Amino acid sequence: MAAEIKTVGVAGVGTMGAGIAIVAARAGFRTVVYDTRQDALDRARRQTEGFLAKSVERKKLTQPQVDRILGDLSGTTRIGELAACDIVIEAVFEDLKVKHALLGELNRICPPHALFASNTSTLSITEIAAGSGRDERVVGMHFCLPAQLMKLVEMSPGIRTSEDAFRAAWEFCRALGQVPVRTQDSPGFILNYFLVPFNNDAIRLVEAGVAAPADIDRAVKSGLGYPMGPLELLDLVGLDTHLLVAEALYASTREPRAAVPALVRRMIAAGHLGRKTGRGFYSYQGSAMFGG
Amino acid sequence: MGYTVLRAGASRSFPQDHALLAGAAQDGEVVVIIGADAGAAFRKLARAETRTAVLIELGTECLGVHTGEFRGEEGSNVLGFARFRLGDADPSNLVELVRQPRTGEAAVAAARKVLEGAGLQVAVCGDFAGRIIDRLVRPYYNAALRRLDEGLATAGDLDTTLRLGLGYPEGPIALLERAGLARHFEVTQALYEAYGDPAYAPARRARVAKQKQ
Ligand SMILES: NC(=O)c1ccc[n+]([C@@H]2O[C@H](COP(=O)([O-])OP(=O)(O)OC[C@H]3O[C@@H](n4cnc5c(N)ncnc54)[C@H](O)[C@@H]3O)[C@@H](O)[C@H]2O)c1
Repeated sequence: MAAEIKTVGVAGVGTMGAGIAIVAARAGFRTVVYDTRQDALDRARRQTEGFLAKSVERKKLTQPQVDRILGDLSGTTRIGELAACDIVIEAVFEDLKVKHALLGELNRICPPHALFASNTSTLSITEIAAGSGRDERVVGMHFCLPAQLMKLVEMSPGIRTSEDAFRAAWEFCRALGQVPVRTQDSPGFILNYFLVPFNNDAIRLVEAGVAAPADIDRAVKSGLGYPMGPLELLDLVGLDTHLLVAEALYASTREPRAAVPALVRRMIAAGHLGRKTGRGFYSYQGSAMFGG
Repeated sequence: MGYTVLRAGASRSFPQDHALLAGAAQDGEVVVIIGADAGAAFRKLARAETRTAVLIELGTECLGVHTGEFRGEEGSNVLGFARFRLGDADPSNLVELVRQPRTGEAAVAAARKVLEGAGLQVAVCGDFAGRIIDRLVRPYYNAALRRLDEGLATAGDLDTTLRLGLGYPEGPIALLERAGLARHFEVTQALYEAYGDPAYAPARRARVAKQKQ
């Protein structure tokens, strides 16, 4: 099945799409990257070249390998150039209408055997597939940030996805050198379903005065061996991003632990978004963290 | 800083030799009471108020059970502590150090110094059931067990996702198998009684493991 996949399309080359395209080209697939914006394509190309140069420095890749990868990667603002793709992975804005419009157009352009994969974090694969015109060939492929370094991919079939299509996508994922896990098409899949409420609970401990952020993070890291504490992680992700994901999860599950604690909105109003504004649960100066 | 260790029954925090026990002196400024009967030993402790700090090993109870509470103004030189330990697994390097609203800063600093001096990590927290870690992980473990029942993914895929996606050393299902599902039941049931929050209500698999004992 996977042998049929030779050409990979990536639609939307922002934070996620750029990384996914690296993964595909690095694994030996001819990869066509499509974005409506030329500046997004240019930025992704620069980032890709920078990343691959570092891979050479770190002896993960050789220069001839990098030359081959860059030769297999092309960018375009013309959707028609995805016509030869055996699979298209979409990583466009997290908006059902945008995804429906894109997949509907791809459905007209791409050959009937082509698979469509969605990198959505919070939308339903079944709902995305419903607007594609080929819902039996749509699968969820949720990569982690940064995709070029993280091996995990959560894969979910929609209600109407055929087992054949799912298996082909699964084999493709393994051929990418990634580690697929199978999950139901359910809000937040596995990762966000568990992570978002856990982080909300940590925020609630701060709100309730149970402990200071630094103490909570230290407890989680040394007591459980997690690489990062929840509040450090929230500062890195950004509280505005956390709010968006948590609101989406809460809207679809109505589970109390998914509901965003009031402190988050207050911190956002105060401009305390995390690292990117220099202050969140911690204060940052340059890249160093101080206080707590 | 000199400290004395008093033993009062079997200690969950220090079941074996540890630098903290080895480094104790005869008559230190700080008194560390370990063991299941630490609270009773504290009540018999002479000159407790003249010490720089007195540390009482806690089980699942609040420190206020031993010190008494008054209008949210409680606090003295007496602190509670417990080394975090999942079920029957070895104790971790983390000590949750429990303070009250008016606990003296000098007592907190002295306690921290003694514990860190023995190579332990210290997280200071208020006097609440479940302290920091149990309050965070028990709802997560219950959710993992529930979602396993609901068929979200296989146990292996749930664990793989959390290990690879978040860098956790172990996924929740393997961890609960190692530390004991019945022990999880006991801890989360106690928190459910303390808070009445359904997130702590023991998941079916934990209840079954407990009933099967
Ligand atoms: N950022 C994350 O951490 C993360 C992680 C996993 C999954 N995701 C998911 O990946 C997807 C993309 O997220 P992102 O953070 O990379 O977004 P982003 O905003 O960084 O990038 C989106 C890109 O898509 C392009 N685009 C928008 N509409 C398009 C269209 N119709 N056709 C072609 N290109 C279009 C934009 O120009 C932009 O370059 C979303 O579905 C998101 O939920 C994000």
